[in-house]
Amino acid sequence: MEKRVVFKHKFLPYLLLAPQILITLVFFIWPASQALYQSFLQEDPFGLSSTFVALQNFKMIFTDEIYLRSIRVTLVFSFSVAVIAMCVALLLAAMADRAIKGATTYKTLIIWPYAVAPVVAAVLWYFLFNPTVGMIAFYLKAIGIRWNHTLNGTQAMILVIIAAAWREISYNFLFFLAGLQAIPKSFIEAAAIDGASPGKRFWTIAFPLLSPTAFFLIVMNIVYAFFDTFGVIHAITEGGPNQATNIMVYKVYHDGFLSLDLGGSAAQSVILMIVVISLTVVQFRYIERRVHY
Amino acid sequence: MKLGKWILVVSFLVAVLFPATVLAEKITINWWHAHGGRLGEKVNAIADGFNKLQNKYQLVATYKGSYPDTMTAGIAAFRSKNPPHILQVFEVGTASMMAAKGAIKPVYEVMAESGLPFDPNAYLPTVTSYYTTPDGRMLSMPFNSSTPVLYYNKDAFRKAGLDPNKPPKTWPEVEECAKKLVAAGYPGGFSTAWISWIQIENFSAWHNVPIGTLANGFGGMDTEFIYNSPLHVKHIQQLADWQKDNIFVYGGRRNLGNAKFSSEEVAMYTESSAGYAGFKKTCKFDFGTSMLPYWPDVPGAPQNTIIGGASLWVMAGHPAEEYKGVATFFTYLSSPAVQADWHQFTGYLPITTDAYYLTKGQGFYAENPDMETALKQMTLHVPTENSKGLRFGNYVQVRDINYGELEAIFAGKKTAKEGLDDAVAAGNKLLRKFEAANK
Repeated sequence: MEKRVVFKHKFLPYLLLAPQILITLVFFIWPASQALYQSFLQEDPFGLSSTFVALQNFKMIFTDEIYLRSIRVTLVFSFSVAVIAMCVALLLAAMADRAIKGATTYKTLIIWPYAVAPVVAAVLWYFLFNPTVGMIAFYLKAIGIRWNHTLNGTQAMILVIIAAAWREISYNFLFFLAGLQAIPKSFIEAAAIDGASPGKRFWTIAFPLLSPTAFFLIVMNIVYAFFDTFGVIHAITEGGPNQATNIMVYKVYHDGFLSLDLGGSAAQSVILMIVVISLTVVQFRYIERRVHY
Repeated sequence: MKLGKWILVVSFLVAVLFPATVLAEKITINWWHAHGGRLGEKVNAIADGFNKLQNKYQLVATYKGSYPDTMTAGIAAFRSKNPPHILQVFEVGTASMMAAKGAIKPVYEVMAESGLPFDPNAYLPTVTSYYTTPDGRMLSMPFNSSTPVLYYNKDAFRKAGLDPNKPPKTWPEVEECAKKLVAAGYPGGFSTAWISWIQIENFSAWHNVPIGTLANGFGGMDTEFIYNSPLHVKHIQQLADWQKDNIFVYGGRRNLGNAKFSSEEVAMYTESSAGYAGFKKTCKFDFGTSMLPYWPDVPGAPQNTIIGGASLWVMAGHPAEEYKGVATFFTYLSSPAVQADWHQFTGYLPITTDAYYLTKGQGFYAENPDMETALKQMTLHVPTENSKGLRFGNYVQVRDINYGELEAIFAGKKTAKEGLDDAVAAGNKLLRKFEAANK
């Protein structure tokens, strides 16, 4: 049953909404429409000469090899981050759910990485893996792996995936733990009485009941990997080496601010906007209905 | 009577306050720059010095972040019709600033209109030629210019049995020294910072070969890149091949490789002369500087190197009296005392011959011979068409493409010829885009 709030005063609801609407207009609608408008223009950075070129910017980016490569890199990156973050978080949540002694300690330790800003986390991981002074790079050299993510694209990708996923594990852990604890204990106990092992109990009972949470988290993780990881890429690799970690959101910044190609950058951000709108629509229509709070 | 008294009081107040407010009101000149840390302190000191010397203008120096941040801030300020008076833009932004004719006011105009004495010949030609039109009119005021030099670890040389006072002059000599250094136990022979600036742009100027057509872009926006010539391919391929014996080690983008030199992972390192101050602090060994190596079989090498760094651009849209203030400040900035002080503190080159001689007269170079290397190298010969500098649009992006292609070459994914050909092709596309956007 839906709750409905009834206001007696006619304009009060509008007044209450007004601040939020204002903020949304100024910080979201206005820049988005500006980006849309600029994506149809070809102009110099100072705005002294701008020509209307319709869809030429879009045509140019879709025939640009670097942009197409960037799409592939983004897909690989975001799915890897999402899958790794979710699997590790699920494992930790399943284990933390069963712990009795020191449960709070485990939960606190697993959750605090989320409080670290993505850029700070990125810098920490960068120092650990720095080819010249990094500790982990040093130990890898000792076992024979020559770590140099400034030249090796695959290694650079692995590093940014670790740095980005590390933080997201905490977020997923929270949701998985809540999801696990929402499962009625009677199901688990019944299965235990019937002789099911812990593994079987988990895969046949807990996991299917977690699927709404898992779907929700997949979308949130992908959105995170698409957009919130800008700081990670900027701090560690700046899109290199040789475009190996040049995700789409980083390319928007790079083309707009460093290369001062405002039209192309605006076109790319319009594409990203369409992506995030579709992801959000998918989430609201198919997933929100299944998650019960 | 009452009215008369009133008028007396009011006119008395006006007579007293009006000149006071006019006299007390200084004209503010805004200077946006990209120097933080120690360099930023020096910039503030220069601004303070100017403000103390006169009381007509108040120079306000504001640190805006890195070079790209500062340039972007300046552009955004112009678009919102509130630009600063002086904007520091790095050398690769020169073409973009030049093309923005309605946004900037050329320095020669500012100086001419101010009536203050201004002699373009007092400036070092290798520094100003980067920022002047082909007919010698100065568009922006050079401020901090550097040029790349070879840093070498004297202690390492001693250990490897090499003469620490005889650094390698040619690339074959570098190879020999590097082999001995690696044999003596050093992980690598040499590395480089700013690889596009040093190993492609300065490499070209030093060997008197062009980077692009039309005098490296000075002659027009329809220039094209040609740094995939046989000489360039030979050099880059040699660098890639030298990785096998650790004669050359890739240090990463920009000057991320500086740690390799200061931690003695490599014993030789090509980097900007402005890196001297940093190395002085971080290197616990004896080191020296020398001119960049060259290929002895190339006629015309060594020629002279080109500058990096930034210059000061004057933004359009301010009233004439404020431009007079800008001109006054530029005169102050170019004075020998200020320039000599800036040069000795930072390692950036002095931009006037007077400042150079003042520094020499103070015995500075006798105590710090390495600071003179950069200057000697830059003024080795009168600049030719190929060594005045470069002027290409969208050059920030081109440098990035160069970084990417060089990384692919050094990772063994492409040969030097393939990589440079791809870089030139992509770079030319950007040049055409710039040309189209600035018609």
